[in-house]
Amino acid sequence: MLIRTRKRHHIGENEVTSESVYHARRHFMAGVAGLGMAAALPRSVWAASEYDDVEQGSRPDWFASRLDNTHWKAVAAGENDKLTPFNDATHYNNFFEFGTSKDDPYKHAGAMTTEPWTIEIDGEVARPGTLDMNQLLGEQQLEERIYRLRCVEAWSMVIPWLGVPLSAILKRAEPTSDARYVRFQTLMRPEEMPGQRSRFGLIDWPYQEGLRMDEAMHPLTILSVGMYGRILPNQNGAPVRLVVPWKYGFKSIKSIVRISLVREQPPTAWPTINANEYGFYSNVNPDVDHPRWSQARERRLPNSLFSPNMIDTQMFNGYGDEVASLYKGMDLRKYF
Amino acid sequence: MRLWRCSVFVAALLPFLWWAWQVASGQAGPEPGQYLLLNFGQCALILLLLTLSLTPLMKLTRWKGFALIRRQLGLWSFTYGVLHLTSYLLFILGLDFSALGEDLQRRPYIIVGFAALLMLLALAVTSNRYSMKRLGKRWKFLHRLAYIALALVLLHFFWVVRADMAQWSGYALAGVVLMLLRIPVISRALGRIVPRRGSTRRAPRTS
Repeated sequence: MLIRTRKRHHIGENEVTSESVYHARRHFMAGVAGLGMAAALPRSVWAASEYDDVEQGSRPDWFASRLDNTHWKAVAAGENDKLTPFNDATHYNNFFEFGTSKDDPYKHAGAMTTEPWTIEIDGEVARPGTLDMNQLLGEQQLEERIYRLRCVEAWSMVIPWLGVPLSAILKRAEPTSDARYVRFQTLMRPEEMPGQRSRFGLIDWPYQEGLRMDEAMHPLTILSVGMYGRILPNQNGAPVRLVVPWKYGFKSIKSIVRISLVREQPPTAWPTINANEYGFYSNVNPDVDHPRWSQARERRLPNSLFSPNMIDTQMFNGYGDEVASLYKGMDLRKYF
Repeated sequence: MRLWRCSVFVAALLPFLWWAWQVASGQAGPEPGQYLLLNFGQCALILLLLTLSLTPLMKLTRWKGFALIRRQLGLWSFTYGVLHLTSYLLFILGLDFSALGEDLQRRPYIIVGFAALLMLLALAVTSNRYSMKRLGKRWKFLHRLAYIALALVLLHFFWVVRADMAQWSGYALAGVVLMLLRIPVISRALGRIVPRRGSTRRAPRTS
């Protein structure tokens, strides 16, 4: 059963579609129906046509078999959130395992082998184990969630993810009462990841991230396996990554190979390098500057030279109604 | 020699034209302002290192061509530095001068970068013959600010590095070598590697 609660950032389709477009669409659909095609189209084809400029990529069984039963637009785009073009979302990435330039991940991530893939779930759980992608997703229905992504570097995008709530997967592993944090780990494979071979790298590979248990169990937190109606491209964290939309992008760890439930707050990658600049929580917060730049505003991508597309950053990236209660009584300047 | 100077001029202009073309043709990614900002900044640093390598090169090879382009390259470094700052103002701050004011009060890496550019400005405006004549001996002293500017630019860059020191280390190593070559003992030794021709015993230029 899927309970859909309408949140303030969701808007109905009738609120975004102008009347003329609506009628044009009716006209078009009537034409299609006249050809007797519409009824024959499986839903996966319908979905793919939503993103008709997007190349499909490989489609392993664990992914393809779930597309027909996907809940599209489970979370729709916000009022002012225009989808970032697929090409930009896949050519402008931070994935330091492949290099520090924005175009390095696109250039080098193709070498990463993602099939087959297994994830280890261990630590404070009653049912630890090593799962393949099919086992990881289980009976879970894929959902499309259109979320804002705010990078700590002050740019942002709007991306339609395909994924499943992390809570469902953690529950299946049966966390014990000692499980207070979740630690995630990225693939460590220097022969396929040039950034891990650098002798001047500051990150202690493999990349690690973490969430507090209540953050991990929050309904907005998902494990994503796709975007734009297709499988995740390697540079976006194939085959499975975390998406935590109210936190800075680096919290949403990519290409996960291990999920451990632990008692203590895990030492995550960025605070380990520089605790003054990056905190464990890293909630999007316009009132707490990064020491090197203001976080009050962000550049929504794509932009152009003379319209930098600057917008005000919202507390918790605009998801405050849902998540602010997680941090009740905490000083967010101290726990930034 | 005129041809040499012209080709250096064209070579220094080319990166600007290349990046401008990339932006115009949509090949600079979803954030072209950031793309220009990073490239202009890096280009200013490379040109500053090249400028500072000309004196040791001239000492080593005794080819006057290196001295002939020193002022030009220095001015190019300043120009790319100005483009770097302009990109920051236009594309990152959206011409919000109060945000620049805030940065200049609070953010050490911006302060240091700005100070380096001010030094290069001082060198640029005194890089003409009139100033050389007017300043006399003080001119050479003033132009040693280039060394301090280089140190500040490297510090500015250092504070921007986040996850990998490889590129920064390369530039810093180049900077250190160029400074070592200016230590008098080493500098004199450098001048003796290639033996002097005939009896033209002109003292090599120092600085």
